[in-house]
Amino acid sequence: MRTVVITGLGATTPVGGDLPTTWSALLAGTSGVSLIEADWAQDLSTRIAAQAAVDPASVMDRVAARKLDRSSQFAIVAALEAWADAGLGLDDESTVDPDRLLVSLGTGIGGLHSLLGNWDVQKEKGARRVSPLTIPMLMANAPAANVSLRLGARAGVHAPVSACASSNEAIALAFDLLRLERADIALVGGTEAVIHPLPMAAFGQMQALSRRNDEPTKASRPFDVDHDGFVLGEGAACMVIETLEHAQARGARIYGTVVGAGTTSDARDMVSPDARGQVLAMRKALDEAGLTPADIRHINAHGTSTPTGDPVEAASIRELLGEAVNGCVVTSTKSMTGHLLGAAGALETIATVKAIYHHVVPPTINLDNPEPDLGIDIAANVARPLPSGDLAALNNSFGFGGHNVSVVVTNENATAGSAT
Amino acid sequence: MATTEEIREQLAEIVNDVAGVAVEDVQLDKSFTEDLDVDSLSMVEIIYACEDKFGVSIPDDDAKNLRTVGDAVAYIERAQA
Repeated sequence: MRTVVITGLGATTPVGGDLPTTWSALLAGTSGVSLIEADWAQDLSTRIAAQAAVDPASVMDRVAARKLDRSSQFAIVAALEAWADAGLGLDDESTVDPDRLLVSLGTGIGGLHSLLGNWDVQKEKGARRVSPLTIPMLMANAPAANVSLRLGARAGVHAPVSACASSNEAIALAFDLLRLERADIALVGGTEAVIHPLPMAAFGQMQALSRRNDEPTKASRPFDVDHDGFVLGEGAACMVIETLEHAQARGARIYGTVVGAGTTSDARDMVSPDARGQVLAMRKALDEAGLTPADIRHINAHGTSTPTGDPVEAASIRELLGEAVNGCVVTSTKSMTGHLLGAAGALETIATVKAIYHHVVPPTINLDNPEPDLGIDIAANVARPLPSGDLAALNNSFGFGGHNVSVVVTNENATAGSAT
Repeated sequence: MATTEEIREQLAEIVNDVAGVAVEDVQLDKSFTEDLDVDSLSMVEIIYACEDKFGVSIPDDDAKNLRTVGDAVAYIERAQA
């Protein structure tokens, strides 16, 4: 089977409008969480969120931005950055065969701002005033499709939807398709833009969100005894992955290799996590990679900062690693970025790739008092170096609906060169 | 009541805002779709913006007959009279 390598990275997140800024912020333990100033948030039980550091509409052509939901705007910004990072051109300067390029870009909810915004317009001004672009803006495949337009991708556009596991699923899907020779190169990732009264109220009604409104930067505290829910984030993260052959033929700089993905479904509860499904997803990913749990030096945990989720994941990791638990550094970058839902998997897989490329794990901040008996080694509060040489790492994403997707990457095939 | 040129200028700003066409290109003899490259969905938005800006009503049946900038300006003038 073909080897799939990672050659381009891009992201627009609550801690940076691009990947270099985001990565530096993560290493420095910077929080992207703040109070929502807008009027609509003032009577909600949760008034904090991880809002994007840079408004995507402000960094794109104004007329183009009008025709895109915010989730598509984020996706395009991140995708174009990843594409350029991979050393690839657009339009007349593209050297990629469009029929061998696919897009796999997920989202949890889709074009919510466009959907609800136009509903508001219809209620206030009537049907005639609904934007004729409402449907192409609200549909969940819009971000992926819009990216495919920009890149000229003709081998297929996929938009997996699996809540918080969407973008890991998008990565796993493209990984399989490349190995099945459906394409040679793929733009993968995820996006989410749902910081809006309705989702904030709805997640709040589920008691899923942190209510630490008086200390926003301390609200996201995965694995800490005072975690009280996640912080909603927005943004997008994308990678260019391609076959090793395709990458070497064009002299691409390589960050690492995707070696396995494991997918399971709990079939048990729509919102509560299940250790069995999580452990199995991680094992499947490792088996596919031809690795054992003892080979894993780093895990970027799903780690949402919920009292229900964190201990279950810690137990799953303990069960997976067994005696090898002390050789693996766990972290949750959600402590800084908040939970980007459909974009979380991709952002965190990128953080995992960067960690083993640069041999340093970003910290889990706000870990003042770890929950008792976690039994895993967490990079608490400061970045943790990783050993030099070959490294394998794993990223988990677990979504509402019982979706579990684990992605395993190594720094095999990595080349030195300008890395973002 | 606005002059023809004033209406044209304000319409040009709307077309620029919605479709990115340069303001100086929005002249009376220009066809929206053929000369200015404005697509049909953008035309819909332009019509609504005109209704708001000029305080007139432009029903769909009339809107589809507004082929040039001049047609639109003349329509607005008549509607404002």
